[in-house]
Amino acid sequence: MSNKKPETGAFFQRDRQWHPPAYTPDYKTSVVRSPQRALLSLDNTLSEITGPVFGHALLGELDDDLIHNFAKPGESAIGQRIIVHGRVVDERGVGVAGALLEFWQANAGGRYRHKREGYLAALDPNFGGCGRTITDEDGYYRFRTVKPGAYPWPNGVNDWRPAHIHFSVFGHGFAQRLITQMYFEGDPMIWQCPIVKSIPDKAAIEQLIAALDRQNTIPMDARAYKFDIVLRGRRSTLFENRMEGN
Amino acid sequence: MVQSLGFLKETPSQTAGPYVHIGCTPNFSGITGVYETDLGVAMVNNKTLGERITLRGRIFDGTGTVLRDALVEIWQADAKGLYNSPSEMRGAADTNFTGWGRCPTDMETGEYVFDTIKPGRVPYKDGRLMAPHVTLLIVARGINIGLQTRLYFADEEVANAEDPVLLRIEHRNRVPTLLARKDGSTFHFDIHLQGEKETVFFDI
Repeated sequence: MSNKKPETGAFFQRDRQWHPPAYTPDYKTSVVRSPQRALLSLDNTLSEITGPVFGHALLGELDDDLIHNFAKPGESAIGQRIIVHGRVVDERGVGVAGALLEFWQANAGGRYRHKREGYLAALDPNFGGCGRTITDEDGYYRFRTVKPGAYPWPNGVNDWRPAHIHFSVFGHGFAQRLITQMYFEGDPMIWQCPIVKSIPDKAAIEQLIAALDRQNTIPMDARAYKFDIVLRGRRSTLFENRMEGN
Repeated sequence: MVQSLGFLKETPSQTAGPYVHIGCTPNFSGITGVYETDLGVAMVNNKTLGERITLRGRIFDGTGTVLRDALVEIWQADAKGLYNSPSEMRGAADTNFTGWGRCPTDMETGEYVFDTIKPGRVPYKDGRLMAPHVTLLIVARGINIGLQTRLYFADEEVANAEDPVLLRIEHRNRVPTLLARKDGSTFHFDIHLQGEKETVFFDI
């Protein structure tokens, strides 16, 4: 965690035109799972400004290494070895220190290790598909994994998800909580996916596409992809009304 | 031209999908041996101060069908109304209470359950006290951006009647969608994503 004084301001209003709307009929499951009434807009109170933080003591040695954290001793997951790294910053460009990131993904063949998963691609006995890490003082993170495969899903008759990694992100306030997916540069499947296309703005979609980062590729070992994440920024509290007693 | 404000755009949300358990509650999904326990399983220990309660409920889609693949997170103050967070400036919260819990809905019954304590009252921006409440985040397949709402306690009639957030709900017949029903030490709170009983969701 940072030594900087914790911030207590309210978060910038979320730009809901930038995010996918709740109702996106081409992604069929959203049809009956999308609220239809207007959301109640609420300038943040302490209940949203505060949030849980997690210490580095939480992490196990292999939590950020999906190639090995489920593998038998001496073995490793099958697939293209990659490093995913980047920074978690807020909308002001300030690094978010101590942010817990959790990720999950299919294996190299596009198969998830899950009871409800029915795709015929093989499970990899050495791949579980989950990992986590916590950003450093500058908001930087990295983890090692294999590149996930694309896979078919029951939506349209012949819909396929592009290769992707799911991210769950905690900032410093519960209002910053974000769950999203990272895609890979150069994948033509991105632009055919109804879940991707739930995001109306092309520039917003491009914010989810990690760039192949040759500078940080480890020779004879793993390619690198860079994926920066932006959480909501905070207002300055300078001229905010003080609460009684403060 | 003027100077650019230089703000970045928030990373857009994508659905947590049907396999959210792999990443957030791997032990629940059968992936054992990677993490010792799933995060957010225990909010209290035997030293936690406050009235022990259980929160439970189910989530319904627009057809009235229960969601069996959702994930619920809650965030709340301790018994004295303090948050266990670095952004809490009013004092130190109970160190035996995390304030944060996470529970996948049961794969058969669709039920979520949290063993926690009744939160204390927290001031609104202008100093008025809010009624005891719990903040919820609901994610699942088919939910493109996490749904945020609040749980209030139906037995807190006086506090609820003066809660500055509940007072902002224009359609008063929707207020009960945020009230958890008391049954002994258990509070029942069902969430309706759509329809006549659609829960009031927040843009926070």
